[in-house]
Amino acid sequence: MIKINFTVNNESVNLQVDDSLRLLDILRDELDLTGTKEGCAIGECGACTVILDGEAVNSCLILVCQLEGTSVETVENLEKDAVLSRLQNAFLENGAIQCGFCTPGMLMSAKALLDKNPSPSEAEIKTALEGNLCRCTGYIPIINAVKSASQK
Amino acid sequence: MENLKYVGKPVVRIDGREKVSGATRYTDDLDFGPNLLYAVIFESTEAHAKILKINTSLAEAYPGVIKVFTGKDFPYKFGLYMKDRYVFAIDKVTFVGEQVAAVVSRDKKIAEIAVKLIKIDYEPLPAIFDQMKSFQDDAILIHPDLGDYTHVPWFFPKANTNIAHWRKVRRGDTEKAFQEADYVLEDSYFVPRYAHCPIETHVAVGLCDLSGRLTVWASSQSPHTQRNLFAEALAPLGFTHKDVRVIAPPIGGGFGGKAGVSMEILAAAFATKLRGEPVKIVWSREQEFYNTSQRLGVKAFLKIGVKKDGTFVGIDHKLYWDTGASAEYGANVVNAVGLSAIGPYRFPNISIDSVCLYTNLPPCGAYRGFGYSEFMFGLESHINRIAAHLNIDPIEIRKKNAILEGDTLAYGAKMNPNGLLKAIDAVQKEIEWDKKEISNDPNKVIGKGISLIWKAPAMPPNASSAAFIKFSEDGSLNILVSGMDMGQGYLTVMAQIAGEILAVPINKIRTENPDTDRNPYEWQTVASHVTWSCGNAVRKAALDAREQIFSVVSRTLYLPKDMLFLENESVKCKTQPSFDLPLRDFVINGIQAEDSTFKGGPILGKGIFMPEFTSANSDPETSQGGHPNVHYTVGAATITLEIDKDTGKMHVLKAAEALDVGKAINPSLVKGQITGGLLQGLATVLYEDMRYDEKGKLLNPNFTDYKIPTAKDIPDEIVPIIIEIPQPDGPFGARGMGEHTMIPAAPMIANAIDDALGVRIKSMPITAEKVAMALLKRKK
Repeated sequence: MIKINFTVNNESVNLQVDDSLRLLDILRDELDLTGTKEGCAIGECGACTVILDGEAVNSCLILVCQLEGTSVETVENLEKDAVLSRLQNAFLENGAIQCGFCTPGMLMSAKALLDKNPSPSEAEIKTALEGNLCRCTGYIPIINAVKSASQK
Repeated sequence: MENLKYVGKPVVRIDGREKVSGATRYTDDLDFGPNLLYAVIFESTEAHAKILKINTSLAEAYPGVIKVFTGKDFPYKFGLYMKDRYVFAIDKVTFVGEQVAAVVSRDKKIAEIAVKLIKIDYEPLPAIFDQMKSFQDDAILIHPDLGDYTHVPWFFPKANTNIAHWRKVRRGDTEKAFQEADYVLEDSYFVPRYAHCPIETHVAVGLCDLSGRLTVWASSQSPHTQRNLFAEALAPLGFTHKDVRVIAPPIGGGFGGKAGVSMEILAAAFATKLRGEPVKIVWSREQEFYNTSQRLGVKAFLKIGVKKDGTFVGIDHKLYWDTGASAEYGANVVNAVGLSAIGPYRFPNISIDSVCLYTNLPPCGAYRGFGYSEFMFGLESHINRIAAHLNIDPIEIRKKNAILEGDTLAYGAKMNPNGLLKAIDAVQKEIEWDKKEISNDPNKVIGKGISLIWKAPAMPPNASSAAFIKFSEDGSLNILVSGMDMGQGYLTVMAQIAGEILAVPINKIRTENPDTDRNPYEWQTVASHVTWSCGNAVRKAALDAREQIFSVVSRTLYLPKDMLFLENESVKCKTQPSFDLPLRDFVINGIQAEDSTFKGGPILGKGIFMPEFTSANSDPETSQGGHPNVHYTVGAATITLEIDKDTGKMHVLKAAEALDVGKAINPSLVKGQITGGLLQGLATVLYEDMRYDEKGKLLNPNFTDYKIPTAKDIPDEIVPIIIEIPQPDGPFGARGMGEHTMIPAAPMIANAIDDALGVRIKSMPITAEKVAMALLKRKK
């Protein structure tokens, strides 16, 4: 077992957990934040993407021992007081969602990009989303959504 | 058509809000409490072998293990169209990765360790990995009891062979046609297996309570069909349909892979012997590749005869399909292709043999396109080659032979109204077909390609849909249906249809994925048929509710029923412009009459739809005499492809795809299907490449080695085009279109490569490596 203190969606979390757990397990099983999905468990699909200290990461590849003192943001943090973020609205309006399983990870990769680079080029958007697989949309509506959520 | 308020409008999908906020609970997100058990599967390492002995004693003794199951616990056969699968392998295994046993524990890690303690002794049998070898007379039998299997009456398995089904179509006299033709082209084409790759893997949880009530939560396209198959398979244990319930949460992609039943049977079966405790099975990404279903591979031998002016006179299409170790679903892909392997063309003389062959590779089944992508690769390549030989433009030869309304189909019925010529014109214009394009890079060449699109829903002739519509006090609606929204936007489309008829805005309508106890019947969400079929059921349910509304208003308020209409959530009357009775005033509590009594009550609409004109029965030797398909959806696509002459690397500059959807209930969802489906199709030709070793083991069951496209692998531009020639029996004229979107991708790439380089590639995938090698070969 290991004791950890870190921040999830701006709230302090103190847990004593099995030291083999991944950040993904902690989010889903310990904190019931099931918006973050598991698609491959080996960092290939990006469905489990969250923002860790400002960087988009695959939460299936982050072990609990790496979390001490960090700040994690998940898809559940995007909506504030029942109001969707500009990025979430852009996903809805651009048809960027079909089955929705890649959507949380896709949103977090896009947010990590826009937080650092509010006016990305199309090439920069594609690079930021490259690690997030989507089998439904053909990506074009997702790229359009990120563009429309960018600062013009 | 009358002025429509919701139908035909780009309504934002009704399940978008929950999906974008992370609120959607998929099956693996549901909380089953501390009693939840996990099952881990012990899999076959042999492709074909007798099981001599299984020793589970060490696994059973491992601390924390609750139960170990093997085939003897569930000696039941199951399957959708043909019962040829066991819950677990019994006596022998038939592919690498097949489930042989399972370990159940409250701790998944314990189950993962204990499963490695199971010992098994095999006696290897010769294995078959090539369907052409499976077809040989002396091939070892993969299913020696094939002659005893139960199956639908329109399948023709051949006992004592590996032929699970053979669909024959004969019309006219092809031999004579080829003799009289001015030109006959004969060649073969190969399409390998592919994987669906939904981002959510299969998940199922079974719970059989102490009273014997079995509930299965599953990531499924087929909740009612699964309930039916569970009840059938578990009947020996005393289960009947009323004891079995399937709850289907939203699913993270299906593409056909979650149709019918595969690993879900395990959750149902285990639960029956672990009463009172939920048991969960989650497929790993690897298992998702090798033990759900794959797309069938096919070797196609194609012969077409034409007149000098390009008129098609005869087709002989022989297709040999690799369905893997089970044909319970795959044989219907083979059947569907057999009936339709003429493509969207007029052929007076037809001979088709579509043969379903068992092999010792993983079972195959439904995959978006249902066999049409596979045979259209060869057919559409062939037509370009014929056009080139005759010096006719590839588009002109297609227009000349395009199937039109009233033309005779392969099985003798008539073609439905369609906008095929309009679709061809649209994509021809969009891509500037006649404009030769030259790359700025001298190392690169640009070619253009075309393919037509055609597909009918493949389903039993009595596949049906049902819908309930109920009002709430504020005039909002719940639509209860049992189709699955797997991303295509079905729930939104059902809301648009009901909202249109009942004059209720979409934001006051809730439609969710089903629970078989509560929601009325739907066969399955497959075949691109739910907009058409369930849309008809919802339309009828809405009309039923409207009739009830008009009836109670008329008899209580003495207004002529035929003068009533609905507008803006109110009942209005053509002859009394001031009359305006809001639905919310009476749809639950009725209308108060003059004598202060109340009339009416909750408005509850019911609608069912079954196509009553279809029949799967026909002459087995010719397939003439039945009406197996309800209608075909057609279209066309063109592509502009840039190719690097040194590396073979290809880049799609532009693609246009036009589909005649009858009526786009939601144009933005239709366009989303075209964009996404086209990329899925392009992936099968440009990137995806399934590799097995010589012992039948899949070598690349992961996204690093089995490459599906990323955001960097997309065309520069995709132009979706909607054509609307109404389907007479469709809701508001709509017909299905979701699967069709990926069908043209592979042949139009092959045709564009030929256009650019003069190189014809006849086997998929067409990777950069294959193009570069073909160019190298030509240089030598």
